[in-house]
Amino acid sequence: MKRRRWVFLAPAAVFGLMAAAFYWGLGLDTMVLPSPLIDEPAPHFALPPLPGHRDGFSSADLKGHVSVVNAFASWCVPCRDEQPALNALARTKRVPIYGIDYEDKPADALAWIGALGDPYTRIGADSGQVGIDWGIYGVPETFLVDADGRIRYKHVGPLTEADIHRTILPLVARLER
Amino acid sequence: MRLAFAAIATALALIAQPARAVQPDEMLANPALEARAEAVGRELRCLVCRNQSVEDSDAGLAHDLRVLIRQRIARGETNTQVVAYIRSRYGDFVLLKPPFKLDTALLWGGPFLLVLLGAGLAWRFYRRQPPVATPPLSEDEQRRLSALLDDGAQP
Repeated sequence: MKRRRWVFLAPAAVFGLMAAAFYWGLGLDTMVLPSPLIDEPAPHFALPPLPGHRDGFSSADLKGHVSVVNAFASWCVPCRDEQPALNALARTKRVPIYGIDYEDKPADALAWIGALGDPYTRIGADSGQVGIDWGIYGVPETFLVDADGRIRYKHVGPLTEADIHRTILPLVARLER
Repeated sequence: MRLAFAAIATALALIAQPARAVQPDEMLANPALEARAEAVGRELRCLVCRNQSVEDSDAGLAHDLRVLIRQRIARGETNTQVVAYIRSRYGDFVLLKPPFKLDTALLWGGPFLLVLLGAGLAWRFYRRQPPVATPPLSEDEQRRLSALLDDGAQP
């Protein structure tokens, strides 16, 4: 009879375990997917410039120094939140920021950087195919590329100034070593 | 009236096909290649809407992926090569049918584990039940049984 008593506790124990698992699951951000491109060479591409700009953005720009690559679009609302943080990063002059203007109208993109500030060293206009090469599925996305042209870090969603100081700048320093 | 309405609604539901997001200008002219492109698109998850395939989704990324699949197939790549390329960019999550790997072992093996667990519990439970011995009929019961049987034999 004594052996049987624990059986009555089993449903409560199962419930407890499931509740703990679901509570843990609630805290997960399912929008962020692990990228298989981490530690892989950045894709080969050559993007044309925005109208009126001299340079586009191509894989050759990434060689020889650590770079930040930021995919944005004028139609993307979170990108608007992110722009002050990118401007702050640009002001540190610590690392060049390259922009991939993702599936955007060039005129809208020009108006957008005119209004919100232009933190980019170079911008390439992408109709979507280069975005696939980078594994982009939603803007904004930000990559750190090391001096050998390998992707070393990816951030999905808008960067905050806290992200810049806590994650991006320390990683830049580590990758430069 | 209500019945007629229900009948019409049912008939419409039966002939309805799921709407496809593929635009006519995306399609390949060669029907055999287009069918292959569709098969590839059906295996791939649209990462914007998450639970639709690339072939079903209206998202911009799904459109770009459909175009990319068709370009690569027209260029002579096999279905496996096209899927491998997209998987190399977006990871296993882009496959609607996840591959069997160490970190998906619980996902694929879970149902079998549960069946085994249930079978084990059932076996233990039934084994523990002592066989129920039926006591022999008493003299009185035996007499009543014979009376009933005799009664039935003489209509």
